[in-house]
Amino acid sequence: MNRNGSIIHMSGIRKVYDTGKVKVEALKGVDLEIRKGEMVAIVGPSGSGKSTLMNLLGCLDTPTAGSYELGGDDVAGVTRDELAEIRNRRVGFVFQNFNLLPHISSQENVEMPMLFGGVPVRERRERARDLLTKVGLGDRVDHKPTELSGGQMQRVAIARALAMDPAIILADEPTGNLDTSSGSDIMSIFNELWKQGRTLVIITHDPALAKRASRVVEIRDGVVMNDHMN
Amino acid sequence: MSDLTIISTLFASSARLQKKRAYLTIAAIAWGTVAILMLLAFGEGLKRQLDRNRRSTGENLAVIWPGETSKTYKGLPAGRAIHVRAGDIDWIRERMPELRAVHGEMQTWRPATYGRTVKNLRIIGTNPSYGESRKHYPVAGGRFFNDEDEAQRRRVIFLGDEVAKDLFGHEDPVGKTLLIANSPYLVIGVMQHKTQMGMYGGPDSNHAVIPMSTFRAQFSREVLQELVIEVQDPAQMKAELRKLNEVLGPKYGYDPGDDHAMHTWDMVKSSQVTKNILTGIQLFLGIVGALTLIIGGVGVANIMYAVVKERTREIGVKMALGAKRRWIIVPFVLEGLTYTLVGGALGMTIATLLVASMSFIDIEHNKVLSFLGRPTLSLQIGMFTSCILGLIGVLAGYFPARRAASIDPAATLRYE
Repeated sequence: MNRNGSIIHMSGIRKVYDTGKVKVEALKGVDLEIRKGEMVAIVGPSGSGKSTLMNLLGCLDTPTAGSYELGGDDVAGVTRDELAEIRNRRVGFVFQNFNLLPHISSQENVEMPMLFGGVPVRERRERARDLLTKVGLGDRVDHKPTELSGGQMQRVAIARALAMDPAIILADEPTGNLDTSSGSDIMSIFNELWKQGRTLVIITHDPALAKRASRVVEIRDGVVMNDHMN
Repeated sequence: MSDLTIISTLFASSARLQKKRAYLTIAAIAWGTVAILMLLAFGEGLKRQLDRNRRSTGENLAVIWPGETSKTYKGLPAGRAIHVRAGDIDWIRERMPELRAVHGEMQTWRPATYGRTVKNLRIIGTNPSYGESRKHYPVAGGRFFNDEDEAQRRRVIFLGDEVAKDLFGHEDPVGKTLLIANSPYLVIGVMQHKTQMGMYGGPDSNHAVIPMSTFRAQFSREVLQELVIEVQDPAQMKAELRKLNEVLGPKYGYDPGDDHAMHTWDMVKSSQVTKNILTGIQLFLGIVGALTLIIGGVGVANIMYAVVKERTREIGVKMALGAKRRWIIVPFVLEGLTYTLVGGALGMTIATLLVASMSFIDIEHNKVLSFLGRPTLSLQIGMFTSCILGLIGVLAGYFPARRAASIDPAATLRYE
């Protein structure tokens, strides 16, 4: 963490996709600072560079130029395996399509990041159970994702995102595949987490969702167009 | 926590193939394994049988036929016939004591009569130790002739098994008397049946052997048709044959380097040729088998590639959650290896059962099978096949796994 308390520090981030013949510049110099305890909504139309920004924030990809510090770790020039380790320790992902492993139980899904993080098996099991109980799925630990509803799956995904106690929770359209009531349940959980002092970054194009965040960052054509507190 | 724990946990919790797919993949490997094992087992059986058949003539032997000189030597013209005599055998033994045995052979064709049966018979006159060297082992109840027979010039005869059958039918010939050139001969033994690869003059089963002293007296012969020498160690054969010419050349007046004077069949050399051919056959069968097995391996690789494609999202999720490259690769390799090894074990079981069931076939009295031998599995064949299986299994898992590890998580995680 930086001296000024920022968890995410991006400056001059550029991302160019080179498909051989065509070069597409998805981000054209993004500066972004997110402090601990913020709940930031990143909004923008499709093609604006939201997804690219999300990939970079989550260390799923590396920028072409610019510097990025996540929780004090400089992400530039690290190997794929080191990047994997950073993701494991610093980022909790919540996806629109949940991305749970279908053939293992909720419990095992939540344990997965801790397995990669080297958490001993007993601790892993206990923590996964605790987290599932906290998201209201204490009675669904042995269910497989296919036996759960969309809202329940997303709650398993949130429990999984919290497993390694990461610096940020990165949610990509977390309510996009849910009905209104499940969606608002999920948002309530996010609010809860925010109140507990966690840092959340939510990528969305739903204005209602963005309204619930403490800060809205608007991306358009690969640059930050607007950045304001709610 | 160690990599091993993580990898084994991941391997245990990873998705499995659909049953039908798994069965087909395993069956392909099992089929390939049966193919390679059966081919190698036939090769091994052939090798052992040929080796046995080759040795049934005798081991470490050379046969020498005195011929005609083709070079002048110390004033003697070319074209002189060389005659080695019965008395020369001891003379050679004295000069070449390192030889395990020196035998002379005299031959003649005579009608042999037993009761009303007459058969034109090839009769060999030779030394008592010939029986051991040339593997004329008697059927129980009989014997080969000995030094006493030789010294006493006894009219005793040892029959090849075919001869015995032709003359005596189902009767036991031992103790019976047959007539050769109107002289009675006592049958003292019948040779055990053997499948013979190398022969000169005819198969041993079709001749009869008598002591050389008897032969000389009966047929008034002195000149030997062949010399047979046996060396202690096959490696010495070449040198011993050279030495034999150096010993005999001055005695009979021929240039020791004249290869027409003494025609030689070096069985050590020809057995080496046979061995090389057999190794070639084994290698060929191994390659054909390995190719069949590789087709099975391609099947496994193919399935694993399909699995990687199917599980792209799963792999992407694991990567997003922090899985390192090797945690993706190794479980995949293990999975490919598992299908290969299960198929391999199944194939080995089937092949072993097949080979075991063939051990009940009687090959000794079958003209074709007594040369082909019986399919035999050996430890080496098992190890060779296991190594190929392991290699194929690892490769069939590794390349798809490498593709899995090259998946870009960012591209797989968003949207359906």
